[in-house]
Formats: sequence, structure tokens, C-alpha cells
Amino acid sequence: MTAADTTTPAKLPPSTRQAPPSPQTGGPDTPRRKRTAKGAAAIPWALLAPCLLILALVLGYPLVRLVTLSFQKFGQSQLWGFQPAESVGFDNFSTVLGDSEFWDVVVRTIVFAVGCVVFTMVIGMLIALLLQRVSGWMKTLINIVLVASWGMPIIVATTVFKWLFDSDYGIINALLSKLPGVEMIGHNWFASGPQGLAVIMLLVVWGAVPFVVITLGAGLTQVPKELEEAARLDGAGAWGVFRYVTLPILKPIIVMLTTLSVIWDMGVFPQVFVMRGGHPEAEFQLLTTYSYDKAFMINDYAQGSAIALLTVLLLLGVIGVYMRQMLKIGDVE
Amino acid sequence: MTSMTSVSAAAPALPRKPRKSKAGWNLLGLFVFLTAGFPVYWMLNTAIKPAKDAIDPDPSLLPTGFTLDNFRRALNIADFWGPVGRSLIVSLTVVVIGIIVGMLAALAISRFAFRGRKIVIVGILAVQMVPLVAMIIPVFLLLNDLGQYDRLTGLIITYLTFILPFTVWTLRGFIVNIPKELEEAAMVDGCSRTTAFLRVVFPLLAPGLVATSVYGFIQAWNEYLYALMLMSQKNQTATVWLGNFTTKHGTEYAPMMAGSTMMAVPIVVLFLLVQRKMAAGLTAGAVKG
Repeated sequence: MTAADTTTPAKLPPSTRQAPPSPQTGGPDTPRRKRTAKGAAAIPWALLAPCLLILALVLGYPLVRLVTLSFQKFGQSQLWGFQPAESVGFDNFSTVLGDSEFWDVVVRTIVFAVGCVVFTMVIGMLIALLLQRVSGWMKTLINIVLVASWGMPIIVATTVFKWLFDSDYGIINALLSKLPGVEMIGHNWFASGPQGLAVIMLLVVWGAVPFVVITLGAGLTQVPKELEEAARLDGAGAWGVFRYVTLPILKPIIVMLTTLSVIWDMGVFPQVFVMRGGHPEAEFQLLTTYSYDKAFMINDYAQGSAIALLTVLLLLGVIGVYMRQMLKIGDVE
Repeated sequence: MTSMTSVSAAAPALPRKPRKSKAGWNLLGLFVFLTAGFPVYWMLNTAIKPAKDAIDPDPSLLPTGFTLDNFRRALNIADFWGPVGRSLIVSLTVVVIGIIVGMLAALAISRFAFRGRKIVIVGILAVQMVPLVAMIIPVFLLLNDLGQYDRLTGLIITYLTFILPFTVWTLRGFIVNIPKELEEAAMVDGCSRTTAFLRVVFPLLAPGLVATSVYGFIQAWNEYLYALMLMSQKNQTATVWLGNFTTKHGTEYAPMMAGSTMMAVPIVVLFLLVQRKMAAGLTAGAVKG
């Protein structure tokens, strides 16, 4: 909201400000400009109407329901309509927040998401820079591979990684065992939470890097060569050029990519869910799977909603930064 | 980190002897190529090798033979075409509704100045940020109330939550890049606003529409969580179908990779076709901001 205010205040035609939607104004002899602005006031709303209606039904209603649910007692018997849902105030929240397991999950989710984002951004940046230096054919090869892995359905990618890291026949264990002094055959990567989540992190990063590389690559082509040269003449090394020329120019893209990655990586669900065969162990629970578990395994829909709502609140700051940047970039003319 | 230090070490030498340092970079590029491509390669490799070679504790990195048995097994393990058909119906319907409704909305917010426009834009942007997973509980209850649980229509309604805002926002980007003057010129020449749109804007927008549709189709096709939650076993969609290879007796990996290949190849090909257009649309205005 604030971003929109700061970017566009003066650009709306003045006539629209004082004109409430009133189709009867605008006779044949009023100047054309004014007439389109006033008489057309109803048209955009008519165009928007179907979209807003659908969104209100499929998104607005569930969102409101999410909030009200988290203040109710809602279990199996309410689901089947045997009992009306009664309001319980902040009970769900105090139960959730008072549960030490919840806080473990929060910390785990944040560590996991931060890890994913940092690795994605750093590796993405390195590959984008590398692509500028390799020969043309190599660039094409890498691009094809990146787009292919980007386009892989998440569910397929997860299945493939499950196979790569299989304890008995997985290629990763076989390859690692070829190293001198390493015996990994039969090693179960998912026996412990941290190791299993590291594999899942690898999967998330593998899937997320291509988007970052391609977006940053497009940005890098727009960094003026003269600026880099000037910095080099002034004695800047490769790191100096990157730090003081490339990075500042790419900053808007980087902010956008980072915030998007945070939002996506906090929402990781199928990867964990499928890797653990639909029943993630306590050590694997992230906020998303935890909320799902509470709702659909324990059948406490209210508590599940409270956790989901807390997740959204946790993300709100990041979402704010993202939207600011998008509105700045997205030329809300 | 290691490649970061090598960047700073080698780059100053770049202008003087480009040939030699290119080789070093290419070697690094080859490493990236092999690492990033390995999962895809291994999927294809496992899919075409005889199933008994797939459970070799010391697997060969190169293909050990060529067989289509895994694909045959994958097609037989559970009904394949049913889920694919359902996924197709859902994805296509969602895309058609999304594109029509989304284009009208995108036109409104990109071609008209009206009160409340900023709020609508912020709203469309904001709803894209709500994690889908957070919505699963109320959506489940909503469909339960509407009697749409385990129905394709219910799934279609649900998918609109993420396809529609995405479509509006992307199409807006494409429309903004079409100069307003073209329409205005047509209107000066006697076109009405509608004919100006149909004859001038629409043809220019067509590639963007195609790209957005394909991309939306891919997203709908790939969705897993809602498909799993809202549909029963007998009405499963293509993504959920992949789960059939794991039973309590274990996982049939080679056929599963064949199934994965069948799922992934068409999508990756579609994606390759539109990716450039979508990436360009996304970053077009990014640097000037």
C-alpha cells in the first residue's frame, strides 16, 4: 500500500480524482480526454468484475474462514455437522504457542528456508557470472540443462531425488563409496532429520537455481560494459567491480528474487511430504507439514488453521518488501 | 566459495590472454552442466535400463541396455490414462477460464485510470503471496460444504486461486509493453475502443497470451497438494498417480523412473518453448527500476 502511494501519487489524471463513477456525464461537446476519463469509469470495474467475483469466492472466503477457524473449536464432529463450531477465543493460539514442539518446528523451518535461500542465491549468482565467461556452446548446453531442471514437475524431481539417495541402490551412495575410505552402501539419508532435510534442501536448491540464474543473467546483460571498464581502470579487481558496479545495478532483481525465494522456501511442502512417504517424522516437520498434520491427521482443523495463520504472519514482512519492490519495478504508471 | 576466489584470481588476466582462461571457465562450466543435469540424466538412464540392472549395488554410470519394459510396467501398475485425462480436463479448463477472465481484468488495470486501481493491483499482487498450503484447510471445508469434494469442478475452482492472479499479473506486464499510441491511432481513424482492441492490441498480445496459457497449464498440471487432498484414490490426477509405485512391499524404482519420464518430458518440452518469453516478460522492466 505504502509503496503504491510513494510511486504513483501524481500520475493519475486529475479528472479521475474528483469524478465518482457517474456514467451520465460527458455530453457530446465536452473535450474528448475528459469524456473518456469520466464516462469510462464504469468500464474498468465491469472488466474486473468476473475476476474479483471469482477471487472473492475461491480466495477471499477461504481466507476469512482461515481466520475465523483459528478462533473456533473445529474437529471431526464439527466437520460432519454433529456439533456447531463454537468460538474459543485465543485458545488455539495459546495451545500452539505454548507447545515446545511448535517452536522447534518454527526454528527448523527458518533454518531450512534461510539455508535454501542463501544457497540458491549464491550458487545462482556464481553460475550467472560463470555463464558470461564460458564459450557460446557451453553456455547453450548449461542453459538447456537449467531450463530442463527448472521445468521438471516438483513431484517428479522429488521422486528422482528419492531414487538418487536410496539407501541400497541409490547412485549417490554408490558414487560416494568409490571415494577412498568412504563406505556408504546402505546408508540411510533419512534416518536423521538434519541429514534428510539437507537432501531435501539440495532438491529445493537444485530446482530453484535455474530461475535465479536466468533472471540474473538477463540482468547482467544490462550492466553497462563501460562502467565495469571504468572501475577496472580505476584499479578495481574482479571482486571490486562485482561489489561496487554489478551488485548495485542488480540490487532490485536480487531483492525481488530473494524475497520470492523466502516465500517459496517457507512454503515447501510436497518435497518433504513425498520424500517421507506422506508421514514426515517429527524431526522432518516444517510449518507447512506440521499444520497439515494437525488438521488432517489429528483432525484438529482449528489448530491447523492457527498454525497456517501464524506462518502467513511470519511471512508478512518479507511479503511487504517483495511487494514494494514489485510495485517499484512494475511501473504502476 | 572456491569458485568465488577463482573469479577474483583469474578475471584480471582476462583481457590479456582470453584463450587460455576460457578453457578454465569451460571446465568449470562442464562441471556445472554435469551436476545440474545429473538428476535428469539418471532418471532417463534408469527408465531405459533393464529393471534388474537398476538394483545393482554398484550401478554403471552409462546405460547398460535399452528396454521399454519399464514403460510397459508403468502403464500397467495403475490406470495411467484416466489420471492423465483428468489432469488435462482440469488444467485446460482452468487455463481457459483464467485467460478469459484474467485478460479482462488485466486490461482494466493496465489501460484504464480509475479510482481504486492501485488497491486492485496491490490486492492481485498480495493474494499471489499467500502460501497455497495455508489455504488447504479452509478450501477443503469450503468444497466439503459445497458438495464439491472429490469432484473435478471442485479442483478447477481451487486451482483458479493461484492461476487467476498469476494470469492477471503476467498479462498486465505484456499489455503495458504495447504502446497505447497504437490503440489511440486506431481510434482516431474511427475504430471504437473494442475494435481497436480486437484489431490492434489483440494480435500483438497473442504471443503473450499463448505463453501465459502454457505456463498456467504447466502450473495447474504440476499441482500436487490439492490434487492429493481433494480427490480420492479412484479420481486421482497425474501427479498423484506417481505415488502408485510405492507400496508396502517397497518401491519399483525403474518403472517409477519410466513413469517420471512420461510425466516430465511433455512438460519440460512445453516449458522450453515458452520459458524465454516468460523470463523476458518478468525482467523487462526490472533493471530500469
